[in-house]
Amino acid sequence: MSSATSFALLANATSLPWADLPEWPVADFVRATAAELDRGARLCAWFGVPEGAGTRLVAIVAFDSDNTLAAARSTPFSGSYPALTATHSQAHLFEREVWEQHALTPIGHHWLKPVRRTDADGTAPANGEFFRVDGREIHEVAVGPVHAGIIEPGHFRFQCAGEEVLHLEIALGYQHRGAETALAGGPHRATLSQIETVAGDTTIGHATAYAGVLEALAGVEAPLRAQWLRAIALELERLANHTGDLGALANDVAFIPTSAACGKIRGDFLNLTALLCGNRFGRGLVRPGGCHHDLDAERTARLLERLRTAVADTEQAVGWLWDAATVRGRFENVGTVFPQQATELGLVGLAARACGLVRDVRYDHPAGWYRLAQAPVAVWPGGDVYARARVRWLELQRSGQFLLEQLATPPDGPIAEPVAAPAPDTLAVALVEGWRGEICHVALTDSAGKFRRYKITDPSFHNWTGLALALRGQAISDFPICNKSFNLSYCGFDL
Amino acid sequence: MNAFAIAFVEFVVRLAGWLVLAPLLPGIINKVKAWVGGRRGPPVLQLYYDLARLWQKGVVLSTLVSPGFVAGPAVAWVAVLGAALLLPLGPIGASLSFHGDVLLLIYLLALARFCMAWAAMETGSAFEGMGAAREVSYAVLAEAALITAVLALSVHSGSVTLVTMLTPAAGAGAVLLAAGLFTVLLAENCRVPFDDPSTHLELTMIHEVMILDHSGPPLAAILHGASMKLLLFAVLLVEAVLPLGGLSRLAAAGALAAGVLVVTVGVGLVESLMARLAFRRVPLLLTTAFLLCLFALLVAWKGGDA
Repeated sequence: MSSATSFALLANATSLPWADLPEWPVADFVRATAAELDRGARLCAWFGVPEGAGTRLVAIVAFDSDNTLAAARSTPFSGSYPALTATHSQAHLFEREVWEQHALTPIGHHWLKPVRRTDADGTAPANGEFFRVDGREIHEVAVGPVHAGIIEPGHFRFQCAGEEVLHLEIALGYQHRGAETALAGGPHRATLSQIETVAGDTTIGHATAYAGVLEALAGVEAPLRAQWLRAIALELERLANHTGDLGALANDVAFIPTSAACGKIRGDFLNLTALLCGNRFGRGLVRPGGCHHDLDAERTARLLERLRTAVADTEQAVGWLWDAATVRGRFENVGTVFPQQATELGLVGLAARACGLVRDVRYDHPAGWYRLAQAPVAVWPGGDVYARARVRWLELQRSGQFLLEQLATPPDGPIAEPVAAPAPDTLAVALVEGWRGEICHVALTDSAGKFRRYKITDPSFHNWTGLALALRGQAISDFPICNKSFNLSYCGFDL
Repeated sequence: MNAFAIAFVEFVVRLAGWLVLAPLLPGIINKVKAWVGGRRGPPVLQLYYDLARLWQKGVVLSTLVSPGFVAGPAVAWVAVLGAALLLPLGPIGASLSFHGDVLLLIYLLALARFCMAWAAMETGSAFEGMGAAREVSYAVLAEAALITAVLALSVHSGSVTLVTMLTPAAGAGAVLLAAGLFTVLLAENCRVPFDDPSTHLELTMIHEVMILDHSGPPLAAILHGASMKLLLFAVLLVEAVLPLGGLSRLAAAGALAAGVLVVTVGVGLVESLMARLAFRRVPLLLTTAFLLCLFALLVAWKGGDA
């Protein structure tokens, strides 16, 4: 499929001179991107790069079955262009974002409103108008941005007929910190810390993607042992979050045994990351050129031993969840996303795999240690809450097994190498399969080798719309378990 | 004069008993849940501390609400207390007893529910309206089960006075009646699997979401009223099944206390080991409770002579 492409091909965690990207006038560029998407590609990133008085659009697409990425750009323009969303829904948030950031209007976009821009007062996101359903029987329920639990802020607007949800619209942006703006002109001293806090629960994922981008720009590769350490940390992050999510799902249906146990075991996994690098969330472990902390033999042995216990504990706690008929009754056939919807929306990560789509960056676009060792992709059909819980469980088992195997055979060597300055006028792309799904970092350098544009696409950016669709026709009281089954990041979206 | 003084003292002690002992039950349930979850959990007396704290707090009132926002919980609290005083306690009998008092008991509980729903609707919030709608829809089915259970007791004892109805054992239908009444207890008191009293998710709540905007003393009255209602149903369930009337006062008191404790721990265990139901399945379980009570009624009616 990718052999016929007019885009420039590149592999994951590699770079390409900016001038090598094919360019077209914007209408042709949109048509070319649409043709690639029709051919089976998936939109990973779509963003604007200001140039002179105008702006270029850049598209990064992934051909999963060919294990390759492809990139292209438009010529600079301003004003409006024919919307890609009109034919390909997966572009709808990207085009809203471009409209908001660069004032390029996609003609034919069905729902053009701000993504995360603040309103005129600068106090809250400019949510714009919400979609409304009319009728005497319809009532509107507004939830958030301040929630009853300790979670991040987001606003959910339900159109309901009694208990049934007809439509859900999600408005985010409450945590917009200007991450991409802050990264431009970098790398600075603070860049790595900023990257690590794009989504705090995916510290390793984002830091690994950033390191991949910088190494690609410098034309170096991290030592093997550093790649091994990164893979260990990434899988530990996955274990901790999946365990926490299964516990949270149990808690939302008031099933105490699993909820209580998983809350504790999540802490055990986080402590393993702390054993690895001194921080429970993996802050300060991954850095461009390698890793900052090494794992000596004695700590490796301890890590292995505690990992075995924690994995066994998880097995038991999650077993209670599957054994409880009342839990199954709550999870099955609730919040279903159909495979076709998932494909059209471009869902990524476990939300996509729970719809039966085989979509995993570790397998489709392996980089780093995953070129040498892999865990099987965990897929479950169904698309409902049960499927998403089940995929989490499969990944828990497989990542646990992967870790046990990898920890037993550590590679030798240094853990870091000096990184040269980023090459000028170069585009680098790195994808990492974080625990939520595909994290995409794209960096474009200027003539001095500084970041001209740094684009981050958190998996949540692709998947929030999936949650909105999952709620169609569901009982409003099932929203919490649907939401928890996706468990998307607010700050990763808001940047 | 002397007899009147004794009656008065007995009434005061009974009143104090209901008021003081009721908040123990949620504490015991939470301890059981904590124990199953492997946690230490809040102290058994936590609700007492909460009530004391709430009582000292001010009240935040929305500018939209009518006096019914505060009057509702107050009337509901008095109604539940009145219903509790109608219940006979084994051989001691009730404070107030008359022909057909069981009907008053049911109506007082209905009045309490009406007042709570009324107070919930006062703020005009979508959440509380949703909670009130759920509360009254499920109450339709729960009340049907409760009334059938009362009918079964009434047919069995040939009386509509609580004292005589609850004195003999429930007979052959006791197990059916106990299962039906226990389910009604869970539904009426918003416990798992019908509601989750410890959830923080507004969209899934029934009882908790109705009281979101209440604060200070009215909230204390609501929480205390809810615990009294739980105790009331526990006592009713124990007395409907165990023949306390024939025992000595001390033995009856012991049996009643033990029975209530068993019911409370049972609620805690159900809450610990079951997920809550999806709302669309709640009517099914309540209908089951109704059918259990209906069969108890049939047993009392047709099977009494066998």
